Amino acid sequence: MLVNQFLLLAAVLFCIGVYGVIARKNAVLVLMSIELILNSVNINLLAFSMRNGSLDGHTFALYIIAIAAAEVGVGLAMVLLMYRNRRSIDLDELSEMKG
Amino acid sequence: MLAEATEAALKSGWFLEHAWAIPVIPALSFFLIIFFGKRMPKKGSEFGVASMIGALIFAGGAAFQWIQRVNGAPEEAFVSPVVKTWTWWQNSGITFGIGQHVDGLTVAILLVVAFISTLVQVYSLEYLRGDRRYTHFFASLTLFSAGMLNMVVAENMIQLILGWEIMGLCSFLLIGHWWEEGANSRAALKAFFTTRTGDIGLLTGTAILFFSANEWTTKTLGVSGFSIRGLSSWALSGDPGHAAITMGAIALFIAAIGKSGQFPLHTWLPDAMAGPTPVSSLLHSSTMVVAGVFLVARLYPVFFKGMDILGGSANFIVVIGGITIVIAALLAFVQTDIKKVLAYSTVSQLGYMMMGLGAGAWLPAVFHIFTHAFFKACLFLGAGSISHSSSHHSFEMKKDMGGLRKFMPITFGTWIVSTLALCGVFPFSGFFSKDEIIDNVGHNGYNVFMIVGLAGAFLTAAYMTRATYLTFFGQPRGASAGEHHEEESQDSHAVHDDRADHGHDTHDSHDAHASHGPRESGWLITVPLVILATLALGSGFLNAAPFGEKWENFKKWVEPSAEVVNPTGIAYVVGGVGEARVASDTPTDSTVVEGEDSTVVEDEAHSEMLEATTASGEDTHSSESVHHESPCGTETPEQGVCAAPQLSHAPFKWSKAGLSMLIVLAGFLLSLFVCIQLYEKKNEKFVGLTERNKALGFGYKLLVNKYYLDVLYEKIIVRSIAHPIAGAVYWFNQKVLDGVVNGAGTTAKTIAGWVYRNIDQRVVDGAVNGTGSVAQGAGSALRPVQSGKVNQYGALLFGAAAIGALVLVIVNT
Amino acid sequence: MFASDVLVAQNIGFAIIATIMVIGALRVVTTNNVVHAALWLVVVLAGAAAQYVLLAAEFVAITQVLVYIGAVMVLFLFGTMLTRTRIGAESDLNNKNLFFGIFVALTLFVAMAMALNSEFGSEKMPANPAVATTQEISDQIFGPYLLPFWALSFVLLAAVVGAIVLARRD
Repeated sequence: MLVNQFLLLAAVLFCIGVYGVIARKNAVLVLMSIELILNSVNINLLAFSMRNGSLDGHTFALYIIAIAAAEVGVGLAMVLLMYRNRRSIDLDELSEMKG
Repeated sequence: MLAEATEAALKSGWFLEHAWAIPVIPALSFFLIIFFGKRMPKKGSEFGVASMIGALIFAGGAAFQWIQRVNGAPEEAFVSPVVKTWTWWQNSGITFGIGQHVDGLTVAILLVVAFISTLVQVYSLEYLRGDRRYTHFFASLTLFSAGMLNMVVAENMIQLILGWEIMGLCSFLLIGHWWEEGANSRAALKAFFTTRTGDIGLLTGTAILFFSANEWTTKTLGVSGFSIRGLSSWALSGDPGHAAITMGAIALFIAAIGKSGQFPLHTWLPDAMAGPTPVSSLLHSSTMVVAGVFLVARLYPVFFKGMDILGGSANFIVVIGGITIVIAALLAFVQTDIKKVLAYSTVSQLGYMMMGLGAGAWLPAVFHIFTHAFFKACLFLGAGSISHSSSHHSFEMKKDMGGLRKFMPITFGTWIVSTLALCGVFPFSGFFSKDEIIDNVGHNGYNVFMIVGLAGAFLTAAYMTRATYLTFFGQPRGASAGEHHEEESQDSHAVHDDRADHGHDTHDSHDAHASHGPRESGWLITVPLVILATLALGSGFLNAAPFGEKWENFKKWVEPSAEVVNPTGIAYVVGGVGEARVASDTPTDSTVVEGEDSTVVEDEAHSEMLEATTASGEDTHSSESVHHESPCGTETPEQGVCAAPQLSHAPFKWSKAGLSMLIVLAGFLLSLFVCIQLYEKKNEKFVGLTERNKALGFGYKLLVNKYYLDVLYEKIIVRSIAHPIAGAVYWFNQKVLDGVVNGAGTTAKTIAGWVYRNIDQRVVDGAVNGTGSVAQGAGSALRPVQSGKVNQYGALLFGAAAIGALVLVIVNT
Repeated sequence: MFASDVLVAQNIGFAIIATIMVIGALRVVTTNNVVHAALWLVVVLAGAAAQYVLLAAEFVAITQVLVYIGAVMVLFLFGTMLTRTRIGAESDLNNKNLFFGIFVALTLFVAMAMALNSEFGSEKMPANPAVATTQEISDQIFGPYLLPFWALSFVLLAAVVGAIVLARRD
């Protein structure tokens, strides 16, 4: 196995996630795209962990999973609140902060 | 039993070993005040005062034992600091310690801080009586003392930063104590942000020094690169690269500039006078603002090497100090608020300390911290006493004071003593410190700055004469004359002090002030004043150079000897508990003294205590000759490490002192003459001179506007940075993003629209509409950047990151 | 790119899983049905778990399955169902930044691919890596990385409290 194959896979997933964050206007779909990005980071961490023969990457991959869970929890709560107040979760309509 | 225990404790060095408890006492008290203060009979102030007295006793004990230790050691010997370390926390290999580093400098500053804090808290009992946030005031004041004491006693840079930031927070809280008034909360924010600007330098400098020094300190001394002891030795070891130590020293000095109100970040300090007077007295004159000076003095070897002090040419520190002395002293002339005069005076005196440090006059600068604390705190408390009892909570000298010497004899007497000390008149304390700074600056070859110092002394005498004259002489004016100007709140600074709370809560007593006219303050205020004035008069004799070597006790006790000491054991073990473990075989582990172990070690330490002060380094250097030159600072020590650079002291000459006395006297007389002409006789030649003479008018305007530095910071710098960025983002948003999406068709339409708007509309509508639309356009130009759309923000973020990454990759391959 | 060890079973496994993951990820960001997107995400996350096994990180892989596929996906589906009146295909899930998004994603990928190729070229993984045991990982978490663990605990606590405060109905 090459080191690069994992890193390139992670890069592909990361870019797809970035595209999703930019192009999607449904809030739930944006959250899913963020999950893609976080997973690509995890793949990178574990790949380097294996390459260097250390366990630090595993530890941080676990931390990232925990952070992602917290993020989804809060994010979906916000989406729910948004929906309750506006009957829509379309991010393009959320522009009260417009200057 | 108790007496025996006390005696044993005093003899054994117990207070030195437990100096870490000094900040812990007020820190505990802070929590007691916060949680239980409101339910206590005295609203929590008893905790504050008691904890400060406790800290003072500990600090006094430590100072006493340090002096004993130094006196017991041979002449010129290096008395090692009492260092203790515990592991605070660790993260993947890097250990952060917490502990104490007690040497002469530490005990001197500890004593000053604990002492002034105690007096100011006693004073505040009366001054803030009936305040709405009385409990919170004492909580903040106590927390401040804890932070400052922690910074002074800190063993490493992380602990120092902790104390430093606690002080910053408390400064913010206390300046904005009466935050209901807009000016106060603005001043608090300004102080906070300005010092934070400098604090960036503190973090950067600490990081730079850690990464450059860690390897050396771990290998040679077995301490981390954060350790103050380690950094000091490292700086003089010849190991550091020139770039690293210079960058580190500059970054740390930027922090000192911010905290100690040096030019060009001095603008926050006069505004900070919006806080209650005890706060100005404690934080913004005697203790917190000297933190920057203390930092430079503490890590003096780093600055010595990094800034090339004594290297023959002017360095950064001495230049900044010199500029600060003069510009702040000039600003003090145009102030009408008595506290602002004192604030600029503080800035100017801090400039003296910095200049002294920058010119190699370490000891006089530290001694100036010591004496300045007493007389400046006394002056501020005097100003508070005037406003509290006589001038109806106003600080305006011209409007509400005058002729007060008859009504407030004690305040007047203490004020005069402190003023004379501030001006450096023999034999008041300021003479022994300030004159020594000027003398040593000249002695070390910085002649220009010696002249700057003398000019500063002249200006100091002149503006203090003006302030004294306006306050205590002439006829009573305004509130002092019993006038009842109830609603002059349009001048927010004049009435900012404790008018606000009295006005709300105890309106009756507020009225009572006006009816009885000026009078002397109560004993809770005058007793601290008298104590401080006594010290302003007497503390100079601790280091009275004019009377010969026998009188230079402060020098003996505080200045570290520039001996080469052996790093592997002896040097630091003799100090006591903490270092007993340094001698163990693995140096990296020995810095960690676990909590339970320390008690065990303590017993050994007690027995060693009598011989604890034996010096080391006799094998490399004979300590008989008094004036022998140590290689520290100039060459690389070969068989050990240095803890301090070798500095020389100017021999005292009465002729030089006489010259500076004459200059001060000239300042007194000239200023007195102008004051009498201007304020008493209303001499037409002087009154309104600034309006008639263009050059003077320009100078006056420049001073009143504080050299336009505030304008520079708020209007020009902030705008010139913020606006182009906003403009660029707007441009990118409009031109690039929309351009990609909308394509060529939109471009054509935009051009057509531009032609239509500019040719048809602008030309037709003419210049009148043009002016309006330019203003409107500028306003609306910035709006669309904030589209409010999350995706668009994300797109900009990732787009910028992508382009940046691409550029980096292309550049690197 | 694949040298002589192209036939090693691990490489074949990697290729299959990677293809499935990329396809799944593309479907997540292109499909017109939110529920389908969530299910495609399950595919990607499961694929990631499989990759972790290949990378000798079994504990992380199990955690991935438990937390992501077990908990996070359920959250997503609940979130979808609570916020949509109608479940099915929709037309306007994308906004007008579509092309800019493609541009940014491609630029990023080109940049990263160039950097990775120049840096790691054909460097190989260690042949027989030791599988990380749970004990070793716990020693890491509760040893040198204890402080981040505490911080993380606080983040989770804050997230729990925050989610409840945000979502409760009053």
